[in-house]
Amino acid sequence: MAIYGVTILSFCMFCGMYIGMGLGKVIGVKANVGGVGFAMLILVLLVDYLLKKGKLSDAAQKGIQFWSAMYIPIIVAMSARQNVVAALKGGPTAIVAGVVAVAAAFLLVPSISKLAKKSDITKIEQ
Amino acid sequence: MEKIFLTIMTKYGLVMSFMVIGLVMYVAYQVSEKLTKGRIHGSAVAILIGLALAYFGGTYTGGKTGLADIPMFAGIGIMGGGMLRDFAIISTAFGARIEEMKKAGLAGAIALFAGILSSFIVGYIIALIFGYTDVVDATTIAAGAVTFIVGPVTGAALGASSAVIAMSIAAGVTKSILVMILTPFVAKSIGLDNPQTAMVYGGLMGTTSGTAAGLAATDPKLVPYGAMVATFYTGFGCLVCPSILYLIARAIFGG
Repeated sequence: MAIYGVTILSFCMFCGMYIGMGLGKVIGVKANVGGVGFAMLILVLLVDYLLKKGKLSDAAQKGIQFWSAMYIPIIVAMSARQNVVAALKGGPTAIVAGVVAVAAAFLLVPSISKLAKKSDITKIEQ
Repeated sequence: MEKIFLTIMTKYGLVMSFMVIGLVMYVAYQVSEKLTKGRIHGSAVAILIGLALAYFGGTYTGGKTGLADIPMFAGIGIMGGGMLRDFAIISTAFGARIEEMKKAGLAGAIALFAGILSSFIVGYIIALIFGYTDVVDATTIAAGAVTFIVGPVTGAALGASSAVIAMSIAAGVTKSILVMILTPFVAKSIGLDNPQTAMVYGGLMGTTSGTAAGLAATDPKLVPYGAMVATFYTGFGCLVCPSILYLIARAIFGG
């Protein structure tokens, strides 16, 4: 049933958020420390385990895939509800940050791919 | 009749937002295909339209939640709210397979670390230069320079204001669009012509839509390699930006 997939997904969210908020409390910051990331990590591991055991039916997978397919539309809705008027008062900060980040990444490509070629672990055979 | 229309739009807000956002997606993908010949991915166009609508809503009502301030579009506030957003973002990890991660190997891992760290540091410096000295604000903007997902996830986790979160989205979208457009032009000079470099490239750039569209314009054969590593970038960014990187920033700049 599709709900099983959604259940797994919400369970992962619960665990991730619990870890994130718990960490925040332990460290003493008023924040959710990496909750979404932890939830994603748990989902990857849990799905891997269930698929290997053959315990994740097609319908259950579709339950998760639906939300994954809704991701960009939800991000668009999220963009539409931000305080863009106030953000524009911040001037070109956002655009400059984006441009410089890309420039930095471009500069790193040659050196890191050279480094990668030296390592034997990354042989690609497909 | 107009009253009935408004009643449906407000009473069934969340469901009606699916209709509105669906329409936005359609327009965006048409613009992407017809006006930019697919060079700028539909998703980036859609987010830009979303930000433009938020600006319109903000000026029209003087409120703080963009288009959602207009009562008939309040449902968009639910659809794009923190709960569904985090839920949908988490679900994208479903596509990631551990075997694929192993295939990306050390090169991919190094590229991921370097990509997130360099974007974050650069974004943080720019935020400081423009006067965003508050650690939460600067961290959110820096996370936006990582991707337009990591920015809002980090901002929401740390309790940043909507204005700063909007800036982080804008930074991420700028990055994504630049990667889409510039990739074919810089491909030669950075040696982007083999799967290995494509994977490193995906790890460094991170934006999945940007990398996929950019590599498609360079050499379609490279797309799966770049996209595969890029998929892990957002998840990894969501993990480290609101945790380790925030704590380091906090330790250095106080808070």
